[in-house]
Amino acid sequence: MSNATANNTEVKRNGFLGGTANYLDERVGVAGILKEFGRKIFPDHWSFMLGEVALYSFLVLLLSGTYLTFFFQPSQVPVIYDGVYVPLKGAEMSIAYKSALDISFEVRGGLLMRELHHWAALLFVAAAGLHMMRVFFTGAFRKPREINWVVGFALFVLAMGGGFTGYSLPDDLLSGNGLRIIDGMIKAIPVIGAYVSSMLFGGEFPGTHIVARLYGLHILLIPALILVFIVIHLFMVVIHKHTHYSGPGRRDDNVVGFPLMPVYVGKAGGFFFLVFGVLMLVAATVSINPIWLYGTYDPSPVSAGTQPDWYIGWADGALRLAPTHIEVVTGNYTWSWNILLPIIVLVVFVVLVAFYPFIEAWVTGDKREHHVLDRPRNAPTRTAIGAAGMAFYADLWAGASTDLIATHFHVSVNNVLTSLQIGLIVLPIIAFWATKRVCLSLQRKDREIVLHGRETGRIIRLPHGEYHEVHANLDDHELYKLVDFVDYQPDVARPNAKGKITLRARLRSSLSRFYFEDRVAPVAAGELAEARAHHDHHEVAGHDAKAIH
Amino acid sequence: MANQSESHEAEHEYSAGLAVVPADKIADPGLEPHRVRMTDKSEKHEKKAARQVTGWFVISAVGSIAAIVFYFLFPINADLGTVRLNTLAFGVSAALGMLAIGFGAVHWAKTLMPDAEVAEARHQTRGSEEVRARAIEIVNLANNESGFSRRKLIRRSLYGALALFPLPGLVLFKDMTTDANPSGTLRHTMWGNGVRLTTDPTGVPIKAADVTLGSVFHVIPEGLNDREDKLEQKAKAAVLLVRLDEAEIKSAKEREWGYDGIVAYSKICTHVGCPVALYEQHTHHLLCPCHQSTFDITNDCEVIFGPASHALPQLKIAVDNEGYLIAVQDFQEPVGPSFWERTEK
Repeated sequence: MSNATANNTEVKRNGFLGGTANYLDERVGVAGILKEFGRKIFPDHWSFMLGEVALYSFLVLLLSGTYLTFFFQPSQVPVIYDGVYVPLKGAEMSIAYKSALDISFEVRGGLLMRELHHWAALLFVAAAGLHMMRVFFTGAFRKPREINWVVGFALFVLAMGGGFTGYSLPDDLLSGNGLRIIDGMIKAIPVIGAYVSSMLFGGEFPGTHIVARLYGLHILLIPALILVFIVIHLFMVVIHKHTHYSGPGRRDDNVVGFPLMPVYVGKAGGFFFLVFGVLMLVAATVSINPIWLYGTYDPSPVSAGTQPDWYIGWADGALRLAPTHIEVVTGNYTWSWNILLPIIVLVVFVVLVAFYPFIEAWVTGDKREHHVLDRPRNAPTRTAIGAAGMAFYADLWAGASTDLIATHFHVSVNNVLTSLQIGLIVLPIIAFWATKRVCLSLQRKDREIVLHGRETGRIIRLPHGEYHEVHANLDDHELYKLVDFVDYQPDVARPNAKGKITLRARLRSSLSRFYFEDRVAPVAAGELAEARAHHDHHEVAGHDAKAIH
Repeated sequence: MANQSESHEAEHEYSAGLAVVPADKIADPGLEPHRVRMTDKSEKHEKKAARQVTGWFVISAVGSIAAIVFYFLFPINADLGTVRLNTLAFGVSAALGMLAIGFGAVHWAKTLMPDAEVAEARHQTRGSEEVRARAIEIVNLANNESGFSRRKLIRRSLYGALALFPLPGLVLFKDMTTDANPSGTLRHTMWGNGVRLTTDPTGVPIKAADVTLGSVFHVIPEGLNDREDKLEQKAKAAVLLVRLDEAEIKSAKEREWGYDGIVAYSKICTHVGCPVALYEQHTHHLLCPCHQSTFDITNDCEVIFGPASHALPQLKIAVDNEGYLIAVQDFQEPVGPSFWERTEK
C-alpha cells in the first residue's frame, strides 16, 4: 500500500514544507524514517489506551515536576515561618516544608501545579497497573513479548518508587510518618537493618539528610530510569508490532488496524491532550494533599485515620495483617517476623507477577509467536489466577483501611482485621474457583451459540402443534470470533532417554493438568456442519432463521 | 530493502507444545466488510463534522487565552480565597484549552479520516537463517580477532578487574552516615536520673499533683527544645504519661516504676515507630493509629492486638523535692521498632 502511494506522489522540493523536508532528509534521512513508520498499522481497541494513559501521565509528571523544582528547596534546615498562611505563622519548620507552603500560597498557579503533579502521579501508577492487567488477562505477555512484560513490570515498580520518594519530599507530618514506617521496616532487616537505616537517614531518624537524598532519587535517578525503560518498552512494541484481538482476518502473521499517519497521529495525539486536560481539570477542582493542614514533621503527633497514596496501600495493609507476637529472639538477636513476613509475602507476590510469562510458557511448551490476543474466557486458568491475584491484592489493600472500615461501618477493628487475615487466604481461592467456572461456562455458551445459533425470541408453532423458538445462525464473521482461540490439552509425564520420569517432568505434567484439565475446545468445522445439517433436517426453523438474516 | 527478499522465505516452524493443532478448523472468512459512516455517505454530514472539529479547536483557543487573562485578572494575596479562585479559573480554562484540542483531534480522526481497517504482514521476530549465520560469523570473527576465548589470562584478569572496579564506588557510600555504631545510638535517649518530665511541645515541667486520675500527658525530656538534634532526640524520647488507679495496675514492676499510679511509657510504637498517641480511657488501652497495635497500660503495656510484637518500654519515674516528675534512669531497653541487635546485652 505504502509503495503505491509513494509512486504516485511526486516529490516536491519547493515551498517551505518541501524545503524543510528536503533539508532534514539530506541530514538525518527523514524520508526513510517516514517510509518505514509513517503507515505502520496499529490495531484499535479501547483497552490499548491504558498504556497510553500511563505514558501521557508520565509526560505531565515531567512537565509539572520540572516546574515545581524551580521553587522547591529540599533542605531540612529549620526556619521560622513568616509566610501568608496565618495558622502556621511563627512555627518552626524545615525549609522543604516552607518552600512547599510557598509554592501553594505565594506562587500564582503553584498550588495548581502541585495538585496536577500529585494527581498525575496517582493516575500514572493506576494506568500502568490497569495496563498490566490488560496485558495479563489477554495473554499479551506470551512469546515474543515475555521480556517486554518484565520491562513493564520494572516500570510499575519504578512508578511506585517515584511516587513514594515524591510523597516524602514536602516534609509534612503525613509524609514524615510514612518515612518513619519505612525506617521501622528497614531496621527489621536481619544483621544490617540499623546500619542501612543510619546510612539512609544520615544518622538517626529523621536526621537532616533524607529529603535531599530522596529529592535526588525523585527528580533524577528514578525519572531517568523510567524514561529509559519506556524507550525500551516502546522500542519492543515497534519490533513486535502491536497485538490485536482475535477475530476474522486477524492472524499471528498480520496486524490489522489503522495507519499511524494520519489516523493515530490524530487519535493518540488528541488523546494526549485529553489526558492532560482531564488531569488539569481534576487538579483545578479537586484538592489533594493539603500539607498546610498537617503541619511540619514532628515525631510525636500523628493524625488518626490517615491513608497513604493508593499504590502504597497494599504494602501498608500487609504490615497491619501480620499476626501478633511473631517476633523471635534467638540469643542476642531479633528476628522481626512481624515485619519480615509481610515483606516476604509482598516480594514473593511481585516476583510471581514478574515471572508469570515464563511459568506459563514452560507449562504449555508452546514456542510459537502469539500476536492474536486471548479473550480472557478462553484461557480460564490464567484468568482465574489473575482474579486470585487481584483478590489477594485487594484484601491487602483493604487492610490499609482497617480503622476506617471499622469507624465507617461501626464494627470492631479487631474483627475487621481478623476477617481480612482469613480473607487473604480464602478470597483468592474463591476468586480462582468462581472465575474459572464463569470462564468455562462462557466458553460453553459460545459453543452453544456457534452450534445452534442465537435465540431470536421468535416462537413458532409447527403443524403438529409443537412450539419452537427460532435460532438464527451467526454470520461467518461473528462466528469466527467465537471459534478462533488456542486450545491446550494436559500432558502426561513421559520418561526421558534414560527411561526415568524426572521430577521436572512430573511437575510440568501436574501443572499442565492444573491448567488444562478442564477445557472447552473450539468448535471444529465438521462439528458445525453436522449441527447445522441436524438443524436443517429436523427443524423447519433452520430455513426460517436464514431468511431473517 | 533486505527484509523484502526475506519476507518470501519460509518462516521458522516452532513447536506448538501442548497446543492442539486443529485439523478441522473453521475457515477464516477474512476481514469484516467495511461499514460506511454517515460522513462518508453524505456531504452534509462531512461538512458538519468538519465544522465541529474546527469548533473544538476554536473553543480550545478561547480556553487558552482565558487562562492567560485569568492569571493576571486574579492575583493571589494573603487571602486563601484568592488562591482558590486563581487555581480554579486558570486551571479550568487551561484544561479546556487542552481538552478541546483532544476532542477536536479525536473527532477529526474518527469522522473524517479513513476508518477501513487494513492488514499489514508481520514477520517472525527471529532473523532468517542467513542473517543468523552471519551474526554467528561476526561473533566468531570478533572472538578470533581479539583472541577473547584463546587468551585465557587476559580474559580472567579482565573479569577480576571488572569485578573490583565498582567496589571503590561502594566504599564512597560509607560516609552517608557518620555513626559508627548505629545500634548503640538507638539504645540511649535523653532520659537519665533527674531529668524532668515536661509537656510536649512547650517544655513546661509537670508536677505530680497536676496529673489527675485519668488524664494523659504527652511528654518530652526537659531541655529537648534547646537541642540542635531536637527531632532525632524526640523520635526516641517521646513519652506518654497517664495516671491510673493504683489498684488497676496489674504488674508490680509497673507500679514500682511509676509514682502513685502515674506511669510513663515510651510513645514510640515497637512495631514500626509511629507515635502511640491514642489512649482509650475506659479500657486503659493505648492504640497506635498507624497499624492498630494495641497495648494494655495496666499490664506493662503488653501487646494485646495488632502487629507489634513487644511491650512499650516503661520509663522509671519519681518526684523531686519541688514536686516535679523526674526520670530515675534512661529506658532499660531500646525504644521503638525492633532491630537485629535490640536484645543484645
